[in-house]
Amino acid sequence: MWLTIVSFCLVTFAALAALHFPELTGRVVDQANVLPPATRSALETKLADLENKSGIQLVVATVASLEDSDVETYANQLFRNWKLGEKPKNNGVLLLVAPKERKVRIEVGYGLEGVLTDALSNVIITNQIVPKFKAGDFAGGIERGVDGIIAALTTDTSDWQKKKQVRTDEQDSAFAALLPFLIVGLFLFVFWMMHRHARGRGGWGGPVFIPMGSTWGSGSSWGSGGSSWGGGGGFGGFSGGGGSSGGGGASGSW
Amino acid sequence: MKFPRRAALLAVVLMALGLSGCGYNTIPALEEQAKAKWADVQNQYQRRADLIPNLVATVQGYAKQEKDVLTSVVEARAKATSVLVDASQLTDPEKVKQFQDAQNQLSGALGRLLAVSEAYPDLKSNANFLALQSQLEGTENRIAVARRDYIDAVREYNLSLRTFPTMIWAKTVFAGNKPMAEFTATDAAQAPPQVKF
Repeated sequence: MWLTIVSFCLVTFAALAALHFPELTGRVVDQANVLPPATRSALETKLADLENKSGIQLVVATVASLEDSDVETYANQLFRNWKLGEKPKNNGVLLLVAPKERKVRIEVGYGLEGVLTDALSNVIITNQIVPKFKAGDFAGGIERGVDGIIAALTTDTSDWQKKKQVRTDEQDSAFAALLPFLIVGLFLFVFWMMHRHARGRGGWGGPVFIPMGSTWGSGSSWGSGGSSWGGGGGFGGFSGGGGSSGGGGASGSW
Repeated sequence: MKFPRRAALLAVVLMALGLSGCGYNTIPALEEQAKAKWADVQNQYQRRADLIPNLVATVQGYAKQEKDVLTSVVEARAKATSVLVDASQLTDPEKVKQFQDAQNQLSGALGRLLAVSEAYPDLKSNANFLALQSQLEGTENRIAVARRDYIDAVREYNLSLRTFPTMIWAKTVFAGNKPMAEFTATDAAQAPPQVKF
């Protein structure tokens, strides 16, 4: 009961949005315009494949500017803004490239910190990405970087199985799943009571109807997180699944 | 007697909604949130402290003569790990400052250690050292994120104690709740040690 009431009144404070982020339009967001279309679509396929297989949401972003913030802060805020990865697992990864500032960062979600470690991310950046970037080959560097990240995430599956439960959010309980229904139920109960009492007196009008069910039911992806998309094809509905990151990963420059 | 019953029911529901709408629950919720963020901050600092023995051992293998720097790191680590701030002590600015000072000292000592290691090419190309270095960088970044989250959470909480409508509850029911101490702005010593390759 208290929980339901708490949920009513908790004001969700919007994160301090001092930075301007590009929109999450797909698995490859090329704001800086450094990727040829062929590479972009090849990457999209590769990343979609990864998510279908492992549920990991890896997104590549190139930004026009870091807006005077350092690459670590920007990457972390962007990651949280996009909410990459499924909510309970936090299994998202962001590869951020800022050609103007000559910075690159792999930002790793909470849930993957044990697999894609800082040291490993650093190796990928220094060995696979930076040499290509130095030669001005953004497409090649990003492709090799993505390959490296995917390899790191998928090779040692036994380890991955063990570690994937690390740091899950607590909201997985059955109660949390039922909460929306409880709230709706409470409302309906209250209105039903009011209506019942009112009928005898005629003071109240007709039954009070809350037009909730009809609109809620339409979105089939409701509540299923990042894995809900992915029927294949349409990139229109791509979005993050509610994951978060606490600053894991590594950065580099060239 | 129908009317009073209905009225009572309505009143109860309205009061419950009204109470929560006026932010009765906001203060405890924000307080818990800030405390949780503090736990994160401490975890990340602890994680850094856990990396240090390994780092010191690696550096020692190549640069024994840098005894001063190595000892200062070990000492600063011992001091930093001994200062812990319980979630209930967060309202005590003195205590929080102590914690921050101890950690700052460790940051400084670490920075010096990484600076002197520049002079040892063998050490710099040691795979173990490179891995430790990137782990340390990553941890410093996690600390920065945790600190930022904590500062935001505290700001929200402190604001709720001072602004309408939650102020009503802060002055009455939660009169014992004091504002939490913020970290002072990121000072120079807190900046992650510069690591060059």
